[in-house]
Amino acid sequence: MAFKKILEQLDIFAQCKKYHISLWQCPQFLFVLMGLVIITTIVASYLITALYITNPQIVILIIFVLTAILFIIAFIINSSFERLAEANRMKSEFVGIVSHQLRAPLTNLKYIMEFLISDKTIKKQSEYFKIIQENNERMNELINDLLIVSRIEQGKIFVNKEKVNIKDLIEKLISRFKTFTNAINAEITFKAQENLPMVFVDSSQIKLVIENLLDNAVRYISNKSEKKVEIKLSKTGKNLFFEIKDSGVGIPKQDQKYIFQRFFRSKNVMKNQTQGTGLGLYIAKGIIEKLGGKIGFKSKEEKGSTFWFTLPIK
Amino acid sequence: MKTILFIEDESALQKTFGEKLSQEGYKPISALDGEIGLKLAKEKKPDLILLDLILPKIHGLDVLKKIKEDEEIKNIPIIVLTNLEGIEEIEKAMELGANAYLVKANYNLEELAEKVKKALEI
Repeated sequence: MAFKKILEQLDIFAQCKKYHISLWQCPQFLFVLMGLVIITTIVASYLITALYITNPQIVILIIFVLTAILFIIAFIINSSFERLAEANRMKSEFVGIVSHQLRAPLTNLKYIMEFLISDKTIKKQSEYFKIIQENNERMNELINDLLIVSRIEQGKIFVNKEKVNIKDLIEKLISRFKTFTNAINAEITFKAQENLPMVFVDSSQIKLVIENLLDNAVRYISNKSEKKVEIKLSKTGKNLFFEIKDSGVGIPKQDQKYIFQRFFRSKNVMKNQTQGTGLGLYIAKGIIEKLGGKIGFKSKEEKGSTFWFTLPIK
Repeated sequence: MKTILFIEDESALQKTFGEKLSQEGYKPISALDGEIGLKLAKEKKPDLILLDLILPKIHGLDVLKKIKEDEEIKNIPIIVLTNLEGIEEIEKAMELGANAYLVKANYNLEELAEKVKKALEI
């Protein structure tokens, strides 16, 4: 298996084809080319030096030419990396612009739906309006997620730091999930250490992180017989430590290394749930790291997952 | 009756939020671009201004700057109501003296009306 992987890595032409770029823009190809030139240079220098040992000018001239070629190739490799970085930046910007443009019509729809639903004379249709409203809300959430992702990638995430009581915030969020947990007969328990200090973070962003983790936890326990989510908050050293443990479907071992990647959704999740964008954990990681904390998890398929993060106390 | 100048180029939003403001007992004045908005701010001297940022003719941040430079109207509270939420815009608007910065997509009409009420109490 590992050997096959190495062989695949060595097939430069296939690798370059995968990224849809020409050979002269393909880092793998240029890298191998540079290696070949270096080897040739060494061998050529040795042979020429042996041959023209009596004429040092020619030796120096030839080594100079070979060095110049090396320099040019290094330059081409460098600019191909620059182009890659530029393409990545443009992609993030594009996502940002498109998301923003989509927001205006969605906001208009949202407000109109709110009006229609509040109008008591059209009671019969209001059920349908509610469905439209819910779908509109889902689109809004997706656009919000995409905007945050584009900002995380451009390093332009806005942090408005203030003193936040994380314990209160968690309690509020849990109560928001009450209707859902009641409906599926699940239980969320929350234990917090006494006298926890406040942390200096952006409250709306940390709310988004906890909301994402909580949403994942309750979403993926819904078809298990034992439905339990345990949240713990404590102080460890100079950090506040948050932990959320669920008895859900868990993450298969082969999927675990991809879990914080954008748009990644584990296969066993796709079996049970179709909603979700695959952005929640990527956003959570981006925000926690921006706030100076760490995030991680441990998970066992069919047994459940435990996600945790830390926040520095200042 | 308190008057509210609503500078916003989206006519759908003028209709929905304008209607909501009327229901709440305010008198909304609508301006569909930055130029008209600035003119009406000087003429009508409203109790509150709701200001979008991406506007035809004069950009919202320039409207904000010009209002704050005008002795006669600089004390009118201004709520920036937009879908832009870049660091640059938020910081610039607050620096220029906006009372609040609200991102449309994150609020419903009821919550917006509540924010208007609060801004008028100050």
